[in-house]
Amino acid sequence: MDQSNNKTENNTRTRRYFISRRVDRFFMEVYRVWAFNARFFREVFFPPYEFREVIKQCYEVGVRSLPLISITGFIIGIVFTNQSRPSLADFGATSLLPALISVAIVRAMGPLVTAIIAAGRVGSSIGAELGSMRVTEQIDAMEVSATNPFKFLVVTRVLATTFMIPALTMYTTLVSLLGGYLNVHQNEQTTIITFFNQVFDAITFLDIIASSVKSVLFGYTIGMVGCYKGFYSSKGTEGVGKAANTSVVTAMFLLFIEELIVMQIINAIRGI
Amino acid sequence: MTEKELNPNIDRSKKVIFIRGLKKAFDDNVILRGVDLDLYKGENLVVLGRSGTGKSVLIKIISGLLRADAGEVNVLGEDVCCITPREMDTLRLKIGFSFQNSALYDSMTVKENLEFPLERHSKDMTRADRDKLIDVVLEAVGLRSAINQMPSELSGGQRKRIGIARTLILRPDIMLYDEPTAGLDPITCIEINNLINEVQRRFNTSSIIITHDLTCARAVGDRLVMLLDGEFKREGTFEEVFATDDERVQAFYNYNFSE
Repeated sequence: MDQSNNKTENNTRTRRYFISRRVDRFFMEVYRVWAFNARFFREVFFPPYEFREVIKQCYEVGVRSLPLISITGFIIGIVFTNQSRPSLADFGATSLLPALISVAIVRAMGPLVTAIIAAGRVGSSIGAELGSMRVTEQIDAMEVSATNPFKFLVVTRVLATTFMIPALTMYTTLVSLLGGYLNVHQNEQTTIITFFNQVFDAITFLDIIASSVKSVLFGYTIGMVGCYKGFYSSKGTEGVGKAANTSVVTAMFLLFIEELIVMQIINAIRGI
Repeated sequence: MTEKELNPNIDRSKKVIFIRGLKKAFDDNVILRGVDLDLYKGENLVVLGRSGTGKSVLIKIISGLLRADAGEVNVLGEDVCCITPREMDTLRLKIGFSFQNSALYDSMTVKENLEFPLERHSKDMTRADRDKLIDVVLEAVGLRSAINQMPSELSGGQRKRIGIARTLILRPDIMLYDEPTAGLDPITCIEINNLINEVQRRFNTSSIIITHDLTCARAVGDRLVMLLDGEFKREGTFEEVFATDDERVQAFYNYNFSE
């Protein structure tokens, strides 16, 4: 009896590592990320559904991002058109500006710029909010009141970013094209109908599908990274700052990797 | 220092919490080394101990926020180590947890904080019934006027009261208070102590109060236990717990009253 007690005590006192503390922690972290994603897909389909919170988060992510997205998208459209003109002018091909702008914006810049802005504004905000809730025990308070904090905080926010980033991407694309149109109209006196005719001629259905798929992926990534970093935040106020910061950095890093991978897949489909 | 009167409502034949051989460690740091504890129906049990001795860990294990490494933790007839998450949620509805820093949802008003558990667990309740219940618990903690305020607009003592109101709204059988008087001025401490006793009388709860404030311990505790080296070394009334030559216990007593 005494021996078994000693054995149990020893088990709780010393912890053995499979490889080393650091390597074990790395694999534990990989497993935790995997489990966090798997839990999202497990919880998203089963009741209770937090519709009201999803709508609230959609408003936070979507509507509240509109001013920043509008200004940034518009300026990008103008600047990109302005910077592209001299190169095309060298070949006397300024008439191709609308096509160039549309391909660049629809295929890459629209989704990427929207995602980067959202990672900065929304991702950091989610990371900081959940991190702060973790360190002030609000997440524990939810849990002890028999409310699933993962469902209320994580599922709702990830759904909101996954739904709203594609919508914001469409909006950014439109605003950027408008910015581009204003610049083209000012310099080449092109009408809006001619401009948009050329825009739609230059892009294909595959471009729109690829852009949509990318923005859904970007939205999911931003929400998931922000929630993960916030949900597992620790070390008090320092941890909250770290959660906000690493949410942005990690999300942006993943966005560029995803952009690269999706671009390769789309190019392969196109046969390039 | 006010001493608590004898509580006639304690039912010594009915244990609501029963813990045997509870062990918990974080990496190499062993916190609980075999804790045994009984909480009787209608009783206020105070757990004393220095910071970092595992008092909060104990109630987090009872509420299922942490898992025990070894031992039996039986709450209202359910072994919390072995039940399913769904069963745990059902059990949690019978346990109220008042956090050290209140843990109010800071993006919600006081009313929304109180509505939050009701919306999820009392779906058949009408809005009028909900409002009435919110009114009852706010009245019980003496803060009806704060209903539309944000947590950031409340003082520390008011936040504690609202935190207690939020746990009371689901009418729990057991209340767990984590450092209820920490960081509060002496007058507010007395108000919180009175509130804990009032909650016990009015809602017929059994409570575990975690504290290192001896004034609070004496005012609210029907029975006290002292956690030393990961085990309960002393148990009994306030006088019984401190009637010892153990230097650590005496140091705890002397430090509290020399502050």
